[in-house]
Amino acid sequence: MRKWRLFLPEPTTLFGKLWNSHAVAALPGGGTLLAIDRVFLHERTGASALNSLAEAGRAVADPARVFAVTDHIVDTRPGRTDKTLMPGGQVFITETRAAAKAAGITLFDVNDSDQGIVHVISPELGIVLPGCTLVAPDSHTCTQGAFGALAWGIGSSEAEHAMATGTLRLNKPKSMRVRFSGALAKGVTPKDMIMTLIARHGAAGGKGHAVEFAGQAVQALDMEGRMTLCNMATEFSAMSGFIAPDTKTLAYLEGRRYAPTGENWDRATQNWRQLVSDANAAFDTEIEIDASAIIPMISWGTSPEHSVGISGAVPDNASERPLEYMALKPKQKLAGTPIDAAFIGSCTNSRLSDLRRASALLKGKTIASHVKAICVPGSSRVKREAEAEGIDAIFREAGFEWRESGCSMCFYAGGESFDAGSRVISTTNRNFESRQGPSVKTHIASPETVVASALAGVIADPRTLQDG
Amino acid sequence: MAEPFTTLTSLPMPLIRGNIDTDQIIPSREMKSTGKTGLADGLFAGLRYTAIGGRDPDSGFVLNDPHYADSQIILGGANFGCGSSREHAVWALAEYGFRAVIAPSFAPIFAGNCVRNGILPAVIDADAITVIAKANSPITIDLRAQTIRLDDDQNWSFPIDEEAKAMLLEGLDAIDLSLKMAADIATWQEADRAKRPWIYLGAKQ
Ligand code: SF4
Repeated sequence: MRKWRLFLPEPTTLFGKLWNSHAVAALPGGGTLLAIDRVFLHERTGASALNSLAEAGRAVADPARVFAVTDHIVDTRPGRTDKTLMPGGQVFITETRAAAKAAGITLFDVNDSDQGIVHVISPELGIVLPGCTLVAPDSHTCTQGAFGALAWGIGSSEAEHAMATGTLRLNKPKSMRVRFSGALAKGVTPKDMIMTLIARHGAAGGKGHAVEFAGQAVQALDMEGRMTLCNMATEFSAMSGFIAPDTKTLAYLEGRRYAPTGENWDRATQNWRQLVSDANAAFDTEIEIDASAIIPMISWGTSPEHSVGISGAVPDNASERPLEYMALKPKQKLAGTPIDAAFIGSCTNSRLSDLRRASALLKGKTIASHVKAICVPGSSRVKREAEAEGIDAIFREAGFEWRESGCSMCFYAGGESFDAGSRVISTTNRNFESRQGPSVKTHIASPETVVASALAGVIADPRTLQDG
Repeated sequence: MAEPFTTLTSLPMPLIRGNIDTDQIIPSREMKSTGKTGLADGLFAGLRYTAIGGRDPDSGFVLNDPHYADSQIILGGANFGCGSSREHAVWALAEYGFRAVIAPSFAPIFAGNCVRNGILPAVIDADAITVIAKANSPITIDLRAQTIRLDDDQNWSFPIDEEAKAMLLEGLDAIDLSLKMAADIATWQEADRAKRPWIYLGAKQ
């Protein structure tokens, strides 16, 4: 005999909802054909994906949902043209332009007022939206998960696949929730939250998982801080990182160019309200972190997991190769280590709020005379808005170079770099060997820590600084 | 369409370091054209040549060891292929002549790129990799049986999902497979467009 049961929908995680709402069909072998709402290309790989698609006689299925930007190798010195410091770089720009035109997709070109780092401009333009799937041939696409989207980095063949079919063939990852309880202390930032997670749980800690960031300290972040947090989900080896949308998300998106308007906006916001993990939804893995105990972080080695609190030292048991590369010794204190250069930029920390916080600490001061310091705004819009507030003047007067927007010295493509072997403190996301130039030793940290260190000429704790 | 992968016998080249990232496999400065070829010269450039941007082989690096000149298999360390999602890393490996990488774990984007380009990413544990490296003799990979055989006494099986296996075995192109489902996709999009019209830019909003 059958018993009566109450048929309530099963509690589902935010990830489950994002996934299920895009599942087109089950594939033999257990995979899913997942619908892709947005594709974003950049000039480093965009032309090869578009050309390879065209050579195979295939078309972009829906060009209105595919975008491209010149950000990765475009020059960031004032008065820039298609010419790049990277040898042969110009070809990537001109071919991407031609291929984008032929495919009928929207390109934000070198001197377009909307140009900027892909993960900075996509939110600025309302291209990423809550509940959408967005892919780009760039591993930091997870940045855009801050909006309650499922956004992740793919390879070129997958980009071709997404453009030709509007789908991708995927195996469903496991779900993880990382909850940051409590409130951050003063001078501690979202960059320190994600670096703490990776330092504690390893650069492979999120492997095979889609990670929802939750908890009081995450809810308290503004949208730009949330993007910084989600940006490094890929350094945690997660497929993606994301945060349930809330009123801050909607306030950020309303009125952006590609965001819905009028009746569609009302319908969309109703739909987006469902995008939360249900109360009893089960996660495959859960991690708790007490946000109030986090302190500013600094990396010492050549993986983001090689990070400690700013008052800490290189671990006693650190492996040899990263230490040899970084020219550090076990138990050596990080604070006080002399630096040659400082970099503020990249899709991790180059938005207006980052630059505002950095400039508040820099105001009226000058950086150590031996430090080469560069600030590269994340987008042309960020640059304009910062200039309207006089932030550029503060950076310049303190001794920083002020650049056009782009990825710039976040990574070395053969053009401009810091001096070989130099030690750089940087707001970027990767401290890999030679990431910022031949033999360059990168220490990743928050903008606050970069500013404090640039002023002191040595790695320094930002909590000792007063706003200018 | 990639060359089908069924069995492969080759002396594996040991490159057993953790976190070999895609910048190491192909440095960004070596990606000189917008095509998928001309990358083999830049494979492992930072490790393989004595100077950045140079072409003088560093005899200390295993790729330059004549003993492994015909290797089609790499024995790698954990988290192989992490870092940038650039598919050039896989194109460079393929162009150089590698058909398989055996490692304790792979970065997912890299493993997906391998499959799409006819390279087998096979996961076995680190101890087994040490045994194979020590033996320093040819191994046989049988994809259908999902085994790696060193000799009569020693073989290991590796996991691979069914679709990746089928794509490698038959050299199938994923786009063709999905385009066969065009009707399913169209039906799904029509229903979705009614639910989420704001997703369909430039169309009947
Ligand atoms: S800023 Fe750096 S990490 Fe971000 S997209 Fe550009 S190159 Fe990648």
